Amino acid sequence: MSSSSTEVQLLGSGVSPFEWRIIWALKWKGVDFEFIQEDVSNKSSLLLEKNPVYKMIPVLIHGRNSVSESLIILEYIDETWKENPILPADPTERAHARFWAKFSEDKITEPIKQAFHCAGEKQAEGVKALGEGLDILEGKIRGKKFFGGDSFGYLDIVVGWISYWLHFNQEAAGYNVMDQERYPGIDQWMKNFLEVEIIKENLPPSDEMMSSYIMYREMSLAFLNSNNKSD
Amino acid sequence: MAEELKLFRTWSSPYSLRVVHALKIKGLEYETILEDLQNKSAAVLEYNPTYKKVPVLVHNGKPICESLLILEYIDETWKQRPLLPQDPYQKAMARFWAKFGDDKVLPSIWTVFISQGKEQEEAIAPAAGNLKFLEEQLKGKKFFGGETIGYLDLAFGWMANLISILEEIVDLKLVDPEIFPLLSTWMNTFSDDPVIKECWPPRDKMVEKFKAMREPYLQRTA
Repeated sequence: MSSSSTEVQLLGSGVSPFEWRIIWALKWKGVDFEFIQEDVSNKSSLLLEKNPVYKMIPVLIHGRNSVSESLIILEYIDETWKENPILPADPTERAHARFWAKFSEDKITEPIKQAFHCAGEKQAEGVKALGEGLDILEGKIRGKKFFGGDSFGYLDIVVGWISYWLHFNQEAAGYNVMDQERYPGIDQWMKNFLEVEIIKENLPPSDEMMSSYIMYREMSLAFLNSNNKSD
Repeated sequence: MAEELKLFRTWSSPYSLRVVHALKIKGLEYETILEDLQNKSAAVLEYNPTYKKVPVLVHNGKPICESLLILEYIDETWKQRPLLPQDPYQKAMARFWAKFGDDKVLPSIWTVFISQGKEQEEAIAPAAGNLKFLEEQLKGKKFFGGETIGYLDLAFGWMANLISILEEIVDLKLVDPEIFPLLSTWMNTFSDDPVIKECWPPRDKMVEKFKAMREPYLQRTA
């Protein structure tokens, strides 16, 4: 049972991996929604009203409710629409899934941001930290099709963005950390992830990704140069 | 069925206190293992190899890490005296504000605490801006959780415990009752609750500890 398309709206930029987590979750659940494109350099009054604290996308609007922060939105979706559960039912497994989601934000997402937005030593530091995070992730995924075993689920939705986004990020920022020999498990899981129907059918176009990421990188470098630093 | 519940924690950490309070509210029996962060036990390194941190709750041999995640685990496993709201949106809001507390409020208060002079002056406005959001969340409520202490009160409990200690050390009002009347009242009401009061680390030891934590920062700019 899904709500009508006008009842659920998702504010996003079009290329942020955090909003695509939400798109995948909604598609997985069969929930109709309207995507509202935001220009993050010129934020709409709707965005500022619905996320006054951080003023960032993604924001899920469901009737009178607005929820921000992608991991929190995922849990809200899972608890509101009960079909095709995303998180495991068992409390221990849920705690472990949430733990690894937090780990991926701290030790993979954050270093990727640093590697992308910084230059010189600060970038190298981010790349090194990313390698270490991926080492731990490799241990977690090697030998498994998805993080939950045979079934696609929460952790795949949370971490899966790197399967597609990391390539554009690395290309635009001039670094390379995804060594298939060092991370055979992650490499295989990324292929498995991109083969999942709702993922395959729901990815931003690669030309839009490349041009956006080149632009973001130029903006970051310009900012660093104007402040005359590498971070 | 005999349940084995162990909590690895330090005597003073606000994150550990969250779990202590949650277990108390739920009426759960457990064993406490106090950890020395300078000399972590083999058990902690085994139960939390990723971060090597406490608190860690071990339930029938299974470890759960990260204090806010432990609160959710406790709430989902033992249904008496719920900590989180049942409604998905109210739950999402509680999680959002708890994260805001850890990501923004705590670091901004900490910055005021460890800085001096002009740097400290400049750190006050951002900290106050964050506190204003919390003040708004308390409108018309006794606790963040409503009529009774809940998840979000436990998440912010560090404020009720630490703020007056930090204020004493830096001789600065961090949560001014004139500017933040609801937050100030909440801090007192929370601290005075019998369940909370019973598990409060000794104030003099806390003052000593946080004075020591501030020292390296004072010397850095000296």
